[in-house]
Amino acid sequence: MRNFIDRRLNPKDKSLSNRQRFLSRARDELRRIVTDQIKTGKIADIDADHVVPMPARGTAEPAFRPAAGSGRRAHVLPGNKEFVTGDRLPKPPGGAGGGAGREGAGDGGDSEDDFRFVLSREELLDLFFDDLELPDLVKLDLKEIVSFRMRRAGYAVTGAPTNINVGRTMRNSFGRRLALGRPRQAQLDAVAAEIAALEAEAEPTAEAVERLAALKQELDRLVRKRKLVAYVDPVDVRFNRLEQQPVPNANAVMFCLMDVSGSMGEREKDLAKRFFVLLHLFLKRRYERIEIVFIRHTHEAQEVDEETFFHSPQSGGTIVSTALEEMQRIITERYPSGSWNIYAAQASDGDNAANDSQRCVALLDQELMRLCQYYAYVEIIDERESHIFQSAENGTALWQSYRLVAETWSNFQMTRIARPGDIYPVFRKLFSRQAAG
Amino acid sequence: MKERAGNPGLLFDGSDWNFQTLSRTYDAIEAIALDDLKLDVYPNQLEIISSEQMLDAYSSIGMPLMYRHWSFGKRFAREQHLYRKGYLGLAYELVINSNPCITYLMEENTMAMQALVTAHAAFGHNHFFKNNYLFRQWTDASAILDYMEFGKSYIARCEEKHGIAAVEAILDAAHALMDQGVFRYRRPPRLSVAAERERIRDRLDYEERTFSDLWRTLPAAKDDDGPDRPDDEIERGRALNLPEENLLYFLEKNSPVLEPWQREILRIVRVIAQYFYPQRQTKVMNEGCATFVHYTIMNTLFDRGMIGEGALLEILQSHSSVVFQPTFDDPRFSSFNPYALGFAMMQDIERICTAPTAEDRDWFPDIAGSGDWRAALIDAWANHRDESFVLQYLSPALMRKFRMFVLEDETHDTHYKVASIHDERGYRKVRATLARSYDVGANQPDIQVADADLLGDRHLRLRHTVQDGVVLAASSRDATLRHVRQLWGYDVSLVGVDPAGATVYETSAVE
Repeated sequence: MRNFIDRRLNPKDKSLSNRQRFLSRARDELRRIVTDQIKTGKIADIDADHVVPMPARGTAEPAFRPAAGSGRRAHVLPGNKEFVTGDRLPKPPGGAGGGAGREGAGDGGDSEDDFRFVLSREELLDLFFDDLELPDLVKLDLKEIVSFRMRRAGYAVTGAPTNINVGRTMRNSFGRRLALGRPRQAQLDAVAAEIAALEAEAEPTAEAVERLAALKQELDRLVRKRKLVAYVDPVDVRFNRLEQQPVPNANAVMFCLMDVSGSMGEREKDLAKRFFVLLHLFLKRRYERIEIVFIRHTHEAQEVDEETFFHSPQSGGTIVSTALEEMQRIITERYPSGSWNIYAAQASDGDNAANDSQRCVALLDQELMRLCQYYAYVEIIDERESHIFQSAENGTALWQSYRLVAETWSNFQMTRIARPGDIYPVFRKLFSRQAAG
Repeated sequence: MKERAGNPGLLFDGSDWNFQTLSRTYDAIEAIALDDLKLDVYPNQLEIISSEQMLDAYSSIGMPLMYRHWSFGKRFAREQHLYRKGYLGLAYELVINSNPCITYLMEENTMAMQALVTAHAAFGHNHFFKNNYLFRQWTDASAILDYMEFGKSYIARCEEKHGIAAVEAILDAAHALMDQGVFRYRRPPRLSVAAERERIRDRLDYEERTFSDLWRTLPAAKDDDGPDRPDDEIERGRALNLPEENLLYFLEKNSPVLEPWQREILRIVRVIAQYFYPQRQTKVMNEGCATFVHYTIMNTLFDRGMIGEGALLEILQSHSSVVFQPTFDDPRFSSFNPYALGFAMMQDIERICTAPTAEDRDWFPDIAGSGDWRAALIDAWANHRDESFVLQYLSPALMRKFRMFVLEDETHDTHYKVASIHDERGYRKVRATLARSYDVGANQPDIQVADADLLGDRHLRLRHTVQDGVVLAASSRDATLRHVRQLWGYDVSLVGVDPAGATVYETSAVE
């Protein structure tokens, strides 16, 4: 009466679609949580696993439940040490459910449930991409972890018909035919012609008859041999062997430049951070190792760590060229452009000291743009002002000057962003170039 | 499988298992269970699964087949995280009340644990499922898997036809009412897939047959038309079989707005709720029975030299952590551990039968000193649920052992009151209070359909009989009421009434 069944090889993840349904239901809430985490987390950590609290809104499961602590209840508890009938014990403050520890958390009054779960990289990026308005193809491409390229790697005796290597196959065939002595067509034709000639004679001599018989035998032998030794035999066939090879990885360094003077508020910094995160994701796809350098500037620039970069305020004027000089100094010191791909992203609200913009242009034009693979400049503007700045001609002094750079250098990108959806277009060029190459 | 020369009788040696050791051990356990303990079980089907599959099974309330719903995904996310972080060990086993009885064994378990699980689930739980009167009367073990298959595919087809969102809305609402979706006093009919299909076909056939486009063109009925219209509440109630405690049943049969497929989904949820109702009423007994059986069988195996000391120690270590009962002031305490209480009570029955004290003879004249503890236990397992079991068998000796006391908690009082303790005056009070706390019927809010005027404004009135002043959690209550309104389609109100008839609260869900 027993029956053992080994189910270990049955498909697991039976609950996967339930999980997806749950995530889609909690999407808005999860997005808020993820956005918060991105604000506070590190740029490079974005696509690691994220632990998020279970969102209660939208996923509450209501039922008719007794309210915790209401009415008159009696509990039986184990472990009496000193109580006798009639003792009165003060209730703990805050009405904490009493000694019986009844579950009172089901009320749904809390904003977040008290347990957390892990979002996979894929699920997390989905949420992160949500309001960035990326095209689907780009999303897919960014989520893909490693890309491979097919590379020729010698020959194989098996493969798909489309991969037959004709030259190699024919060379094998030729050698085999030579070695096994396959009669050529010309040989055959010659014998046939001689037979025809002999047969055409009206009165063949005995010699000729004998010769004819020999020739016919010879022809028969040749034909049989040709049948036995094929022109192309399966053993000759060779296929091109293709190997999947990861696309070559190299080192890249990403410079994040940001104006941290008083005019950059929380909103501006958040937008800038999303911009940096997205650039980092793009770069991560192409390079195995990416270093990030943070340079902040007011009227003077300094290299700082990520925490300071985003969170510590500093006061002072605004001189953009100091940051560019700092970047140039770091490149010469640590990242020789021969062995590093250099990417730079600059975020600013467009303020600059009166005559500094000219100097920035000169620096970029003569020095930095030659070293950089790509330079992206985003100007973060107020949403209310976005209609004023619709045309590229208007703008701050810095914007006007940078436009000169953009005209000369094709790898210089600039745009204004007022909301998260504006960020992606900055990358369009970077990405399309990659798709072509 | 090497066997040590010194112990030829050992069933297994070391912690690795394979199918030979599993079968051999199963046979040995079966011999003890059937011949020695006189258990009566369904045929067993033991399935080996991985821990991921165990997590999957967990999140769909333990059923091998379950329809898709986001709430199972939520449960899964939680369990998985807790498991990965090590906060939560997975259960070593999962057993399904079906015929054949399906037991899941996890591949990570050691051989000693597999033996323990086999005795615990495949014989302990299995015997209980087959013999306890609640399960015999209320669930149909041979039909449940077929029915789940039917429910799963039916809901999947509805999703294809009507869209996931529409099905989800109905399921959300039905899940909210699951606790109010069981018959507590009336026995449900037996399940049969064939009959089920037949019923659906009839339902659709009837609708097609009686459909007539002409009805649409009739002018609306005048208000003063009906002498046959039941005006008063009593007559209406009689027509609808009111009051009705099973809200899901009532809505399925009488909701003015539901489509046939929506009614069918309500029915599926209701059947599942009904299926699990006995399990909720017998937690202590069910786990106690299984624990007692595995403890007895494992010790017998050891006594007969069939398992080694190492294996027995491993089993005892696991056993004692399962039956651990923290005291009320321990941070780990949440409530009575059903394993601990059930196991202790069953051991106590064994003691009363074999070595009774004078006190036991007073309290349990029927079984004290009878010597046949097996028969006493089999009788108790078959004929009780938690509430009656505690009320019948909790002995003063055990109350003293657990040092039980009753704590009364009145909302407006600033103090708890110790009402009774484990002394001569308190035994009966302690026992009655503990028994009552296991009475699912008494602890669940009593909510019934009081009135529904189908021919008038179609207002659905629910009545909650408030016991001991325990009201409902407000936000959850209102959200649930909105679900009821969605299923009913018209206004719904809920009135809380205390036993004296006075209204405690009143709330409604109106559009």
